[in-house]
Amino acid sequence: MRQRIGAIAYNTFREAVRDRVLYNLVVFAILIVGSSLIFGEISIGIERQILVNLGLAAISLFGVVIAIFIGIQLVSKEIEKKTLYTVLGARPVRRWEFILGKFTGLTGTLVVNAGFMAIGFFAALLYLTHHFERADGYLLVALYFIVLQFVLITALALLFSTFSTPLMSAIFAFAMFVIGTFAEDLRGFAGMTTGATKYAAMGLAWLVPNFAAFNVISEVAHSVPISGQLVFYNTLYALLYATVCLSAAVIIFERRNFK
Amino acid sequence: MPAIETVALEKAYSVGFWRKKRKQALYSLSLAVEEGEVFGYLGPNGAGKTTTLKLLMGLIYPTRGSAKILGRDISDPWMKAQIGFLPEQPYFYDHLTARELLDYYAGLSGVPGKDRKRRIDEVLKRVALPDAGHTQLRKYSKGMLQRVGIAQAIIHDPKIIFLDEPMSGLDPIGRREVRDLIQALKEEGKTIFFSTHILSDAETLCDRVGVINKGRLRGIGILADLAREVSGKIEIVWHGASARGAMEYLGAKPHATGELFRAVLSEEKMDAAIDAIRKNSAKLVSITPVRVTLEQFFLDKLEDEVPTTIPSEEEVAK
Repeated sequence: MRQRIGAIAYNTFREAVRDRVLYNLVVFAILIVGSSLIFGEISIGIERQILVNLGLAAISLFGVVIAIFIGIQLVSKEIEKKTLYTVLGARPVRRWEFILGKFTGLTGTLVVNAGFMAIGFFAALLYLTHHFERADGYLLVALYFIVLQFVLITALALLFSTFSTPLMSAIFAFAMFVIGTFAEDLRGFAGMTTGATKYAAMGLAWLVPNFAAFNVISEVAHSVPISGQLVFYNTLYALLYATVCLSAAVIIFERRNFK
Repeated sequence: MPAIETVALEKAYSVGFWRKKRKQALYSLSLAVEEGEVFGYLGPNGAGKTTTLKLLMGLIYPTRGSAKILGRDISDPWMKAQIGFLPEQPYFYDHLTARELLDYYAGLSGVPGKDRKRRIDEVLKRVALPDAGHTQLRKYSKGMLQRVGIAQAIIHDPKIIFLDEPMSGLDPIGRREVRDLIQALKEEGKTIFFSTHILSDAETLCDRVGVINKGRLRGIGILADLAREVSGKIEIVWHGASARGAMEYLGAKPHATGELFRAVLSEEKMDAAIDAIRKNSAKLVSITPVRVTLEQFFLDKLEDEVPTTIPSEEEVAK
């Protein structure tokens, strides 16, 4: 079982890293991190804040774009090009193993990408400040949260791609990301309304992943410490939410007829 | 124990916006293929061949009925390691080289790591791609991809090989190579189930064939026997209008091109036809057996015929 999931994950990773689009996005993200140095130059006294804000936002945004872009195609491309037939048709691969392999492969790709972008980010930071401070450790926590966001987005994109077209999956996944980013505001809005609107807003706020809880960029830009409790709850939340998404993806995928 | 066995296997799809309409893709299919047999699954495009193969591969679920391969249920993982499958017009991960692709599939099929290189070398040689193993598949021609497709179907040395239209889109040389390969696999004792809409492919390779049209199995048996049902005819060409009446008396409907006449008759009337031409002082030009094309096979005889050798749905139900 582990061998088969591993093989599918490695193939997914290999497919992603051999795709030129991915390199374009990673290079673009690193360029933005680099360009934030220039913005820092013209913002006297807050160079570090500008760099951290822009740099981490770029890593997060490009990672999400890659997660959606590749995630929505993970299953649909295999069906469309019939590569799935030779994997599931005549190999002892169970459908849930395929889903899990695909998820692991893309998550791995995103972690490696985030790693490269983070190296660029820390190089820019070192260039700017000439040394690392103790508070810079929180940047790693912010990066960890960004990776957790990637896990959530990948699980969502994969879920949508098991029953929808790539275009619709992309729209769904991106909408979930946008709404999830404002989940806290949505809860606030629900508190201010009454009746059906209140329940609709509250339901939606609980349904979408609460990406706002993972965004600590402005805190770490100001060297505000991140509590261990938040790390624990965010980790737990991301794992649970991703598990639910993947379980739903498996249930849908198990029932599908590949016409 | 049959290598492949289906019992009243059916597939219907829900279609339309509200998915309320039912489209029957396959009607009660019951057939058995013995081990070591090469079975041709014949039918025109859209007949239900791919539907049957997808049902056997577990890619779609049957609406009714059941299927077994090597005596096991079609979802059994052990059984899955014993079969190979080449889909119609295969497309593979084009970011991989042929070697990487075969390594991937061998891994999924449970071929131990230490044996994989040797198996890949053997299989690439077998499908005549020994030097192309390090080229990415995106640079492969259609014929090469088809060979890679066959390579992936046999990389794990399966007992049964399913091939969906293995010769479609290939040039004459490619077709012959694929035919030779199937022949070689047959000689090794593999069970081969392949679908085609080309009768000559089936003729040269198959022990038995099943003919499917519009989702129904129309007949099953040895191809020559099936063809005899609709064939056994000759085309006779002669020169001279004097024999026309006598030929019409034999039941022929002659077509004239100037003084040249041609007519199709059943084989047993051949001697009588030759006599009629001689007696009427006409000149015999040629006698040719009528080759049945698959199209004729369906159009002439099988279009609305009830299944011949398979049990009816009622019989199965009993």
